[in-house]
Amino acid sequence: MVTNVTSLTRSGLSDFVLQRVSAVLLTLYTLCVVGFFLVNPDMDHATLKAYFASTPMLLFSTLMVLSTAAHAWIGMWTVGTDYIREHYFGRHHTFFRLVYQGGCLFILFVYVVWALQLFWSL
Amino acid sequence: MREKERPVFISVSPFTFSFPFTALASIAHRITGVLLFLGIGYLLWLLSLALESEAGFAQAAAILAAPFAKIVLWVVLSMLIYHILAGVKHLLLDFHIGDTFEAATAATYAVVGLSVVLALITGAWIW
Repeated sequence: MVTNVTSLTRSGLSDFVLQRVSAVLLTLYTLCVVGFFLVNPDMDHATLKAYFASTPMLLFSTLMVLSTAAHAWIGMWTVGTDYIREHYFGRHHTFFRLVYQGGCLFILFVYVVWALQLFWSL
Repeated sequence: MREKERPVFISVSPFTFSFPFTALASIAHRITGVLLFLGIGYLLWLLSLALESEAGFAQAAAILAAPFAKIVLWVVLSMLIYHILAGVKHLLLDFHIGDTFEAATAATYAVVGLSVVLALITGAWIW
């Protein structure tokens, strides 16, 4: 058995469930935000800020930042392990995959810090 | 010799093998997922500007007045629509809802059709 030290939970089954739970949460959040934009066709700064600064939305947004990180990591990890392998990338495929995974982690880290800082400073 | 039962080699490459519609829809779910990984940054950038201050909101509105910025927003939102709808279908299949060959094929056409309709509505909304 190959142990995948870079998968999120080190269990395909847990990753599978986490991928789907986060997907449902992200869908609900998307519907909430899209719905808010639809009922406010003449959006202004004050309305938008009041919406995202409200306690329920602040908590929901925080949950979404974490869900995005988990969902995106599991997805990008799956894509990376599917394509960045010896058959396509040759002898040094592990090196290329680690560079790719490092890049994904870096971008996700920037997103998480940026988004949390944004929502919690409203 | 039972020659007819020998395995047949099928090269799975876009040049030699015509993929069924459902396979293309499946890979599109994956491609939109990877592109959305970058699209999130664009949405987060616009949202952070709009939430920052009155001036930032005006700046975000000015950015979105440019045709190229509108096109990028439309592409990102259209990919999000498709990724979510294909995901909903995937989740239903996980629960064995509509997981017969006929139902799943019909659901794939429904997902693509509904995505196109919603993407067009989104486009009309942006412009």
